[in-house]
Amino acid sequence: MAYETIVEEGIDILVVGAGLGGTGAAWEARFWGQDKKIIIAEKANIDRSGAVAQGLYAINCYMGTRWGENKPEDHVRYARIDLMGMVREDLLFDMARHVDSTVHQFEEWGLPIMKDPKTGRYLREGRWQIMIHGESYKPIVAEAAKKSADKVFNRICVTHLLMDDSKENRVAGAVGFNVRTGNYHVFKSKAVICGAGGASNIFKPRSVGEGSGRTWYAPWSSASAYGLMINAGAKMTQMENRIVLARFKDGYGPVGAYFLHLKTYTQNGLGEEYESKWFPELQKMVGKEYLDPEASHLTHRPIPTCLRNHCIISEVNAGRGPIHMVTMKAFQDPHLEEVGWENFLGMTVGQAVLWAATDVDPKHENPELTTSEPYVMGSHATGSGAWCSGPEDVSPPEYFWGYNRMTTIEGLFGAGDAVGGTPHAFSSGSFTEGRLAAKAACKYIDDGKAEGIVVSDEQINRRKTEIFKPMEHYKTYRNAIVAGDVNPHYINPKQGLDRLQKLMDEYCGGVTVNYMTNEKLLSIGLKKLEIMEEDLQSLAAADIHELLRAWELMHRHRAAECVTQHTLFRKETRWPGYYYRGDAMKVDDENWHVLTVSRRDPETGEYTMEKAPCYHLVGDDE
Amino acid sequence: MPTFVYMTRCDGCGHCVDICPSDIMHIDKTYRRAYNIEPNMCWECYACVKACPQNAIDVRGYADFAPLGHSVRVQRDEQKGTIAWKIKFRNGTEKNFLSPITTKPWGTAIPKLAEVPGPSKEMRDSELLYNEPKWIRMDEGGLHTLKSNGLKMKKGVAY
Repeated sequence: MAYETIVEEGIDILVVGAGLGGTGAAWEARFWGQDKKIIIAEKANIDRSGAVAQGLYAINCYMGTRWGENKPEDHVRYARIDLMGMVREDLLFDMARHVDSTVHQFEEWGLPIMKDPKTGRYLREGRWQIMIHGESYKPIVAEAAKKSADKVFNRICVTHLLMDDSKENRVAGAVGFNVRTGNYHVFKSKAVICGAGGASNIFKPRSVGEGSGRTWYAPWSSASAYGLMINAGAKMTQMENRIVLARFKDGYGPVGAYFLHLKTYTQNGLGEEYESKWFPELQKMVGKEYLDPEASHLTHRPIPTCLRNHCIISEVNAGRGPIHMVTMKAFQDPHLEEVGWENFLGMTVGQAVLWAATDVDPKHENPELTTSEPYVMGSHATGSGAWCSGPEDVSPPEYFWGYNRMTTIEGLFGAGDAVGGTPHAFSSGSFTEGRLAAKAACKYIDDGKAEGIVVSDEQINRRKTEIFKPMEHYKTYRNAIVAGDVNPHYINPKQGLDRLQKLMDEYCGGVTVNYMTNEKLLSIGLKKLEIMEEDLQSLAAADIHELLRAWELMHRHRAAECVTQHTLFRKETRWPGYYYRGDAMKVDDENWHVLTVSRRDPETGEYTMEKAPCYHLVGDDE
Repeated sequence: MPTFVYMTRCDGCGHCVDICPSDIMHIDKTYRRAYNIEPNMCWECYACVKACPQNAIDVRGYADFAPLGHSVRVQRDEQKGTIAWKIKFRNGTEKNFLSPITTKPWGTAIPKLAEVPGPSKEMRDSELLYNEPKWIRMDEGGLHTLKSNGLKMKKGVAY
């Protein structure tokens, strides 16, 4: 292989993936490590990468402590009930107490935040959400990251973390390849902050053709946060907690501003309110502590996102679909109509295109909603990710091992989707987590914890061979056939992705089985994933672009395996509306009021599952 | 609504190739112009459309659910700090929107942290981040802690 090996030596802080978490890490690292070498490695171009590439129309995590609007513990309470109790309250509290300083900086940097003309405060969409004109949100935070980093390596697909050869379970950097030149890149670093993304496209999408690119979470969110960390042997948590989104049909346009700001609401195909009809039955499944419509009616306590999904799914299954969003009233107000459209143009242009194509004007017609295929990530109404240490002044011993946001691998930190147990971080919270990780990583280095790292040539060369294997494989077997993609010696990345999506859908609770699974199905799914792993050794890439897709697939496959293991472990239906364990259709607080933690042994591939205690910080009532 | 590129407008400059988050805008070797090599991995994020100096890139709604005959065009102006959208429905209805994208001249308001005074030992040993506690509440108040908020971490099934 003619590709060069390019080694970047002597890095202090390596940021892998510069979305909102990674840019926050790079930015803040410079303050705590003014003479440190800070490097960013990013799969795309940091000006438009990550989940916020397209922009955002709201910042969904802002406390407003300066105006006494909320306290950090209020947000903990909110995220906890939304996730049916399963969160890391130490991490949530820590994120919430810092997030406002992040948002205030964004405004200072030029991010247009809307103001309430009456109060002069940020314009609230809901209790936690503020409205922004965020088309350039990502270029703005990228600018901040560029001002702090010594160098940004764009277009590097990071495939593996490097591990210290002198001390077990200590990180030593990362490797990957340049998706333009094909060159092999080695980053030797004292600490690594994983800001890589969660997972779209591991479950079969509802769309069948081109539209499968119109995923809710970005198609380039290829589970790298999980693939990288699981493969290195990091402990993971709450990986079963996949998310299903109730969104505008096909375009997956966001509904937050519609519900909260425009005060639109849903009804079934007959024009009836349907949600409350399902509550009594649902309450029997989950218990009154998780679904108490009266308490929710009287207070700010939300009905958990998954349970609202459950009502949509049940109503549609009962034959009274489709579910409509009632927009016709709100859209008579020209200002609200403008907000409704700009909401899409700012973050999901595709929904605007779809309505234009289908002549849906929400002023004259109530658009359809649907529930999406499942996604795996850690910063929306779900909290999958690595098992990380919390801050020393908050966390109990089980949650604390020295450095805030450090995974169970020494020197490997997480931010955004990479950190488990911190749902509802969204963009601002992810950036804040990056900042927290950066400070802790600098401290880790200053404490001398990264001394004497050794990376052998053997490790570097082994990874290089592994990385380029799909291209070698293609070259070896391509001419066994005349033309086309059907070859008995290999599958290409698209064929592999199709297989992964189909089996995850059918065995792990995807959309075509109405999110239903059970122990038998999950066990079969694991077997199929194991066989698929063998076939991934025969993955073929015709060019560097396909090599990128090949490694995305390998990260997705590893994340999918971990999701399936966790789903099998948690023998209850904790989040009806996200997925159902048909063989344990209730919330079981007696046995499962715990966080699930897994570790995959990098040598043997065996998973060890354990229950970690759930600590609580605040009571139910404010 | 994957992107496509008009043959007569594209001059092959590669701005779209440089910016596409999905790595799907590539230069065609024969025509020396850009095209979308993988429409089913296109999020229609419009990053390439906004970046194209020739307005050569447009989108056509995803074939599996969007009928033909629509358009959503955009002009992003960094100098003016605005973004303008024009939506045309299949039935001919038009809607126009204009929004700000920044409130400051590009990149001028972000400090270089290598040049600000570094943190004291006291700050290093605290839970504070850069600009804190001042920037949390924009007053002299401190950081929220368990102690300040009268909280305790308790293990258990419920609080």
